Parts: sequence; C-alpha cells; structure tokens
Amino acid sequence: MNLTGRKIFAGKASGEALVTSQAISFYGGVDPDTGVVVEKGHPLEGKSVAGKILVFPQGKGSTVGSYTMYRLAKNGKAPAAIINRECETIVAVGAIISEIPCVDSIDISRIKDGAKVEVDAENGTVRIL
Amino acid sequence: MQLTQEEQGMLAGKQGNAVKKSMEILVALGEIYGAKRMIDVSSVQVAGVSYHNLGDAGLEFLEELARDGKVRVTTTLNPAGMDMENWENLGISKEFAEKQKRVIDAFEKLGIITTCTCTPYFIGNLPNFKNHIAWSESSAVAFSNSVLGAYTNKEGGPSALAAALTGKTPEYGLHLDENRQAQILVDVRTKVSGTRDFGALGYAIGKKIGAKIPLVFGIKKANIEELKTFSASIATYGGTGLYHIKGITPNRTAKPKERITINKEDIEKAKAELNDSAGTEIDLVAIGCPHCSIKELQYIAKLLNGKKVKKETWICVARPIKGIADKMGYTKTIESSGAKFACDTCMAVAPLKGRFKALATDSAKGCFYGRGSNSFKTKFCTLEECIEEAVK
Repeated sequence: MNLTGRKIFAGKASGEALVTSQAISFYGGVDPDTGVVVEKGHPLEGKSVAGKILVFPQGKGSTVGSYTMYRLAKNGKAPAAIINRECETIVAVGAIISEIPCVDSIDISRIKDGAKVEVDAENGTVRIL
Repeated sequence: MQLTQEEQGMLAGKQGNAVKKSMEILVALGEIYGAKRMIDVSSVQVAGVSYHNLGDAGLEFLEELARDGKVRVTTTLNPAGMDMENWENLGISKEFAEKQKRVIDAFEKLGIITTCTCTPYFIGNLPNFKNHIAWSESSAVAFSNSVLGAYTNKEGGPSALAAALTGKTPEYGLHLDENRQAQILVDVRTKVSGTRDFGALGYAIGKKIGAKIPLVFGIKKANIEELKTFSASIATYGGTGLYHIKGITPNRTAKPKERITINKEDIEKAKAELNDSAGTEIDLVAIGCPHCSIKELQYIAKLLNGKKVKKETWICVARPIKGIADKMGYTKTIESSGAKFACDTCMAVAPLKGRFKALATDSAKGCFYGRGSNSFKTKFCTLEECIEEAVK
C-alpha cells in the first residue's frame, strides 16, 4: 500500500514502524541519550524510537524539543524517519537540523505498529510492505 | 511559497551553510503554515540558551552554525542556566559553568548581543508598533505583540535563530492583521493591582480560554511591571501570543461575540491553586520572573533596607539593569541584606532540582516552572510578602 503526503525534510529510510495515536513531546518526553520514551502514561513509554520509522500525529510541548531530536541524532538514537499526520514547528525544525527524513499529511491510522515501512521523503511517499 | 532570487540563493547555499540551514527551516515552516512569502524582520529574541536544556548536541549545533553564520538584525538572548559572572556563589558546578560559557561564546560569535534576559525590551531590544520581528520566549512574545504592538509569531529557539541569520521570517500567523483579531471577550469584574494579582488574572484567563486571543474589559490601569507578569502568566497557562486590553494596549480589534466573565472568586481560586506549600518550610525566595525592572529593584531595596534575609533569596534581573542599580546604591542595600542577584538567569532555567524544597515568588509563571522542572512546592504571594518571607 502506498500513502502520499508532503515532504518536510528529504531523505529515504526503511524499517519497522513504531506507531502511536498520541502526540510526542521530545523535550522531557524522550531520553536524548537512550531514545527511550519516558513520558509517564504515554502509550510508547519504555519503548525506544532509535532506528524506527516513528509514526505519530504531531509534536507537543516545549520548543526545546527540536534540540532534543538533534541530541538523539548525535547519539545515534534518532528515528530513521518520521511520519506525522500534521507536522508542527518543533518536529519540523528538529527533523531539519537533525537531518531526519520526515513527511506529513499522512493518514497515520493506516499504518500498523510493527509494519515494515519505506519512506521516500523527497517525494512525500510512504510504502507499507 | 514564492521566494525571491536572493532567498533562493540562500536556500541553495550561496551564502554559506548557516544561512542554508536557516532558510531550510524558514521555508519548511512557511510551507507548513501556508505562508506565501518571506518578510524582513527588524529584531530577534533567541531562546534555548541554558546548557541544561541544550545539552552537548545543542552546543555542537550552535558551534557549527557559528563557523560561518552572522546575525543580520538586532538579536538578544534569553536567560542562561547560570549567572555568567557570579555562578559559583549561586551553587553552580564548574562542569556546568564551562559548558554554559561555550554556549554563550558560540552565540557571541554569531554576532548576538549576549545579555541573557527574558525582558529584552528593558535593555534596548525594543521594537515599536507594527514592526515585524521574530521572538521566542513566550512572555516576551506576548509582551511585544500586545503591549508594544509589534508583530511576531511564537518562535522556538532554532526558528528565531534562523530569522536572525537571514533577516527573514515566513509571513503567516500573527504577522497578518486578520489573525490578530480578538476571539473572545473577557469581562473582568474585580479590581486587580500589583504583580501577584496580574499573574493570578493571567492564570485565571489562560485556564478558561486556552490559546484564544482575548479582548479584556474592566482593567482601569496597569503599569509595565503588571503587564510584564500578565504576559508571562497568560502565555504559560493559556498559550496565546497576543492579547488586547481595552484602553491599555495599542492594537485595534473588533469586539468578539463569545464572552466570559472573571470575578473575584476566579482570582482567589487562581491564588489558591498556585499555593501548595502549606506544611513545607520555604527555603528559596525568588523575585524577577520575568526579570525585574529598575523600578522593582528600587522598591526591593527600599523593602530590604536595614534587614537581613534568613533564606536563600534571588533577585533575577538582566545585567545592564543591575548596572543601574549599582550606580544608584540599590545593589549595595540589597546585597547587604544577604539577598543575591541572579543576573543572566532565573529560577526557571537554572539547574536547581533537589537543592530546594519550596519556593516563594510573586510570579505565577515562576510557580509553573518551580513545580514542573524543579519539583518545588510553591507559595504565590505579593512582592511585599516575598520580602517578609525572606527575612522571617
């Protein structure tokens, strides 16, 4: 199945989808050293975003979150790509400065957790294998 | 988005890597929010300065930008994680201080004026009516949009930096008149006076209306200190970057249909909700969130004259404003009491977790960060009561 959205930051990646229907706050919500989601009560609490195709509706919380994404990338713990329903400032800026392929305007409810996914952000396409 | 030839060149890397990265950020935001073009900005305020928040990666990012980046407009910085001169006296570790200094050095290399304050309008970064600017720091955004009548979106640290390095920002949101109209009328039917009351009012309104733009009725008068703390509080507890107060703020707006009332009970409830320190001994008193004005320093000196504080007491302020207090003798009076100046920083961004249990402050915003980042209990009181608490 192919889904088409919009490029936020170009690049290609493939991997396992880590999917949540809840927004993510990178600042305070994801440990920059391990990539593990630490926000209390978040559906992804305890799971690592490292190397995953991270699928979530949008970012939330402090704008410092963009720097947290950059720290994840520098530590080798960033997601391989990001798929949003509606990207906002924090995640968009974070993806650009960290050079993480990122697309939005995707119906994320069609991506199942654990699915194998290919992202071609330049063309805004997501292929579910 | 329609880019000029110059802007396209910036995006293609013709003006270096820092400008390229900045333009990528600005274009992406413009596309996301449906901007048609870039506009020039005349002033920038950059947040994301505390090493506590940036970490090593953030520091590396800034050092990389500083290799070939230079700001093109007046740009100032938000508070850092420590007093840049007096950090040892405020209990900051050597390791933290070293990293924080590197952060500031990188900003300085970028051509930024490194007076670290959340009140840039007090130290000369003062846009006027209808100037397009790119500011981060939510309290300063609300103040500049509402009290000064400048036009800015709520920028994050990197997007503000991108605007500074290019002199541009995408035209969307609060840069457009049609998005600056009030969305809800707030009728205040009780007298508010002083920073504690205005902080409580911002809390009460913010909790009720969220990020909507209010037109506030019923405020007879407000001074700069009250508007400063109101801006901080409504942005923290609601999220709006702009408000209107009839007869006080300069922007024009049509009267919205939706309407709510704020009564005395709402203000009392706000005060009560920001007080949860009963049963815990106050061990930190902090004033100056947002940073103190010279008038506040003058008044604090008067209150502390001849007294001794018994608790750790921080007066948070921009260093140039303390310079005026030095000259006028207020500093000597305040420091003789044992109270400490915390220049360049504040209780919200310094790494204080675990050092104190309960904070007394006149700042509603200060209560939020005291509770959140630092896990303090908070006592929300007037400026006079803060001083009484300190000397008790």
